[in-house]
Amino acid sequence: MRKYVAHRLLQLIPILLIITFLSFGMMRLAGSDAVLQKMENTGMVVSQEVIDAARAELGLDKPFLTQYFVWLGNLLRGDMGTSYISGQEVFPAFISKLPATLLLTAVSILLTVVISIPLGVLAAVKQNRLTDYLIRTASFLGNSMPNFFVALLLMYFFAIRLGWFPVISREVNLQNVILPSITLAIAMSAKYLRQVRATVLDELSKDYVTGAKARGIRFSVTLTKSVLRACLVTIITLLTLSIGSLLGGTAIVESIFMWDGVGKLAVDAINMRDYPMIQAYVMWMAIIYVCVNLITDLSYRALDPRIRLGGARI
Amino acid sequence: MTASITVRRQKIRKNHTKKRLFFFMILAALLMLVVVFAEQICPYDPNAQIFSVLEPPSAAHPAGTDRFGRDMLSRILVGLQTSVLSTLILVVIITVAGTVIGVLCGHLGGIVDSFMMRVSDVCLAFPGLVFALAIAALLNGGLQNAIIALAVISWPKYARIARSQTLALESTDYIAAARLAGDTSAQIILRHILPNSAGPVLVTAILDIGTMMMELAGLSFLGLGAMPPTAELGNMMSGGRSMLQTYPWVIIGPGIAIFIAVVIFNLLGDTVRDYLDPRNSRRQ
Repeated sequence: MRKYVAHRLLQLIPILLIITFLSFGMMRLAGSDAVLQKMENTGMVVSQEVIDAARAELGLDKPFLTQYFVWLGNLLRGDMGTSYISGQEVFPAFISKLPATLLLTAVSILLTVVISIPLGVLAAVKQNRLTDYLIRTASFLGNSMPNFFVALLLMYFFAIRLGWFPVISREVNLQNVILPSITLAIAMSAKYLRQVRATVLDELSKDYVTGAKARGIRFSVTLTKSVLRACLVTIITLLTLSIGSLLGGTAIVESIFMWDGVGKLAVDAINMRDYPMIQAYVMWMAIIYVCVNLITDLSYRALDPRIRLGGARI
Repeated sequence: MTASITVRRQKIRKNHTKKRLFFFMILAALLMLVVVFAEQICPYDPNAQIFSVLEPPSAAHPAGTDRFGRDMLSRILVGLQTSVLSTLILVVIITVAGTVIGVLCGHLGGIVDSFMMRVSDVCLAFPGLVFALAIAALLNGGLQNAIIALAVISWPKYARIARSQTLALESTDYIAAARLAGDTSAQIILRHILPNSAGPVLVTAILDIGTMMMELAGLSFLGLGAMPPTAELGNMMSGGRSMLQTYPWVIIGPGIAIFIAVVIFNLLGDTVRDYLDPRNSRRQ
């Protein structure tokens, strides 16, 4: 068990190395760097010497591999560098934005679970009836809406028309988190609901369900005591897999609602070519993703002792 | 008795799916007609700034005008053309690239296979859109670069499917027979493996069109895709963001256009999957 966790965490190292190397490489290929971007934004015309000096100051004049290894060496000493734009240290700046994103993520996941599991189970139980069709249609439509459109529609109706929520979230609190997390929850639930329905239907078609019915056990008892329990592993796996898409989605939604989290920080950094910041974001994503997958695997084990850790992998 | 009833039922279901498939294909064909002839059917020049600015929808301008006094309906039609065509290009690129890589990996095995699969592991182990965002930004935005960014993160799914199909086919007797008969690797791949593994790959491709369209529009929305003044649905919505409060049609029009296009592609994708794999359709 401990060995398994250690092994999985060790896998993080090559993944992080490849990802940071790739993103570093692409920054080099990009052709435009923070210095040029800054000049463009201020609209100043500056001589080549000034640009070169600014580049030398940021270490952008050295060969690519040197830059990468310098960065890597600093990282090992716990130094992620300073932002090219604001001059702040990357690590503290990043950490300070983290709670907002975690709050948004947690509320969105909670909403997704509350919306999609009951509806998915209901659709499966009422298969091919009106309820099922309505739920499936809603999920289909939710799946076909880009999340930035959902965000803008919610903003228009609930913040502008009805005035229930502030249009721009100036501070991080529970009232402000509602619209962005509904946006994320709509997209996630639409996907997830279908999967819950399919899983439950699969389980319902098994022989033991018919057997229980023949023995006169009430359907509600079979459903709650056997079927849902058996579905739990799959449902949790699918949920954690969708956290990946949630993490990607937060960037867009955060920047629309001006939610002051790491997603917005990343989009701003991307627009300003603030490489150290982008690197921090990319690494954070990779770490979270590997950890989420590890927790999923461990929770299988807790829920279903038949599963062996480190067994068959696809 | 029961067997014949089941068979009949399946036939009815299959016929039903066939009708649906036909209907959605016509719908998709109509959409494609609109897309291809967008420039011909749009009522005004989409780039002409000749009307009064920010007019609400009216008979003359069914979708209103934007802040530069351009007719929104014309821009939506042309924007739809940009969005749909670039999405289709993207889907073709990832389907072809993924299939080629997957088939070669499955066929060759060895170092090539394990290397490419590790690379695809890394790509799959990472939330796609975030990576695409970073790549698009690093490549400096632009529609072409947004397509490249999404292609870089999306090929592994296809490579996986094509590879597993290839591996399954490689172990069949008729491939062994073909090999005994002296067929070269190229002949086996082209004649047997590609045609037989095309089905699942194509279904995935059609199912992906809607998602890809949304992601591409999302990148443009963030300013990393098509740049103004090119009309593209994502960047049109992004440009209207600040006007949501007073001039909502500037955003809602393009949004509805994306929505309709995605719905049509998703309906088509679902039906194609149901048609090719009836077992799946009962559960999904």
